[in-house]
Amino acid sequence: MIEHLPILQVIIPLLAAPICLILREARLVRWFTFIASALAFVNSILLLQQVQTQGTISYSLGGWDAPIGIEYRIDLLNAYLLILVTSISTLALLAAGPSLRKELSERKETYFYVAYLLCLTGLLGILATGDAFNVFVFLEISSLASYTMIAMGRDRRALWASYQYLIMGTIGATFILIGIGLMYMMTGTLNMYDLAERLPEVQQTKTVFTAFAFFVVGVCLKLALFPLHLWLPNAYAYAPSIATVFLAATATKVAIYVLLRFIFSVYGFEFSFSHLPLQEILVALGLMGVFAASIVAIYQDNVKRLFAYSSVAQIGYMILGLGVGSKTGLTATLLHLFNHALMKGAIFLALAGLIYRVGSVNLKAFSGLGKQMPWTMAAIVVGGLSLIGVPLTVGFVSKWYLVLALLESNWWPIAVLVLIGSLLAVIYVWRIVEVAYFRKAMQDSAPYKEAPLMILIPTWILVLANIYFGIDTGFTVGLSEQIAASLFEVAK
Amino acid sequence: MNFLEQYNYWIVIILMMSGFYIVIAHGNLIKKMIGLTVFQTSVFILYISMSKVTAGTAPILNEAYKVYSNPLPHVLILTAIVVGIATTALGLALVVRIKEAYGSVEEDLIQEKDLQQEGSE
Repeated sequence: MIEHLPILQVIIPLLAAPICLILREARLVRWFTFIASALAFVNSILLLQQVQTQGTISYSLGGWDAPIGIEYRIDLLNAYLLILVTSISTLALLAAGPSLRKELSERKETYFYVAYLLCLTGLLGILATGDAFNVFVFLEISSLASYTMIAMGRDRRALWASYQYLIMGTIGATFILIGIGLMYMMTGTLNMYDLAERLPEVQQTKTVFTAFAFFVVGVCLKLALFPLHLWLPNAYAYAPSIATVFLAATATKVAIYVLLRFIFSVYGFEFSFSHLPLQEILVALGLMGVFAASIVAIYQDNVKRLFAYSSVAQIGYMILGLGVGSKTGLTATLLHLFNHALMKGAIFLALAGLIYRVGSVNLKAFSGLGKQMPWTMAAIVVGGLSLIGVPLTVGFVSKWYLVLALLESNWWPIAVLVLIGSLLAVIYVWRIVEVAYFRKAMQDSAPYKEAPLMILIPTWILVLANIYFGIDTGFTVGLSEQIAASLFEVAK
Repeated sequence: MNFLEQYNYWIVIILMMSGFYIVIAHGNLIKKMIGLTVFQTSVFILYISMSKVTAGTAPILNEAYKVYSNPLPHVLILTAIVVGIATTALGLALVVRIKEAYGSVEEDLIQEKDLQQEGSE
């Protein structure tokens, strides 16, 4: 049993999805999905323990050894992200019941859970696999499932957002497919670790450069790097609340994992950063993303879309950390991956509770909510403080490491820009605080009640995690530093 | 190097760019889906044509055949074709729903209606 953990991680949600269709009854399906996701979470914790004691796990699918068979390979980086994805997914599912009942018709609820589980399967598959083509297949599984989830939003704009995402997502995935094809053409292998061994021999060919370019652009579309982020704001804004929580906290993070894995483990740091102007491109786009997206966020009236733009900005910080090209920079990226998932998970879950009661996320509807829904609004405020990077929240920890990395490389002008970027976050968070706490409630409406407990509990678990990991940084920082060190070791 | 020697790649690139252009340039959602399909198909040809070995036969396990084409890209692309079909089906289903909700499948009309809706909120 214990040696099959890498594949069980993917199989559990994959098999749970069709069983949901048989169960039909929405209430049953809801708990069944929750249990499946919780099992995946337990599985990922066991995997991390196993990796920490035994080192990297290699699992041959069906007993066929790599490179002929497909290999699943779990090292610290994979295990770290597996825990992140499964924990957020489980918490989101805890709140899913009341939120979905309000936002979807009962017939659709079951299908939502099926799509949710398939999306989870895809994301976990990308993380677990050690095969380049497998990455593409799982990427498409998760993408198709997320298009479906987004299209279930009750506003008709959800359909249009889903369609746009489908077009851009498919272009991104096809670019990745071209990249993998060209790599295969030059090396004759699809196993990532085989690729890493064979690519240096053919490194100087145009085909390998082209493969790298196609692959990176494709992945950057998926992770919504500015200016390839156009699909993201509307998709997050109009999707059902629970889908937004799940996607915002996990989907882009997994895409960043793919980028890290290929830059460091497959192509190697040397190739990625010395032969190509990748560093300059990443730093420039990361910074532009931080500023452009934060400024646009300030002018949004739809609060869900406001935080979606803020997600694009936060991705800019992660890419910036990667662009520094040092161990500390990579640590900052890995920390921000985890921390951003906690912040956005908390904020979007709180917004789910807000939509449950108020029915709208327009800024106007927020007036007076600070008194009427104190717990929900407090969750948004703590999440917002974390986004800004106030000390004692997780946001501070990752920004600290990012600035540290920039100063280490003597890039102090960029460090200053990062701090100015954080001030922009103050503005858009303040807009919400001002309306919610300092404006009187509209006279004609009865006061809203606090969000249901089933939504509040997971929200506050995430809010407390935001504070806990901001104070006790042992787990996240220790692990991130270890992972960054191991990625640089492989690269050399 | 002979220009025609690698004609298969020229076909791939021409198909790829036409598909890509259609996706970007056309405002009609169905036409966009057509462009996307052409774009994806070009990649299928890329994979399949690279598995061809000069003077090779079909991959048959027999002493008589020493040189044969690489079967793996075919298998990979079967998977990619399935993914492509799923994407097209989902995309067209979305177009049907968009038509029901907006009464149009033209990008500019849909965006206009969205702007009106946002203005009224």
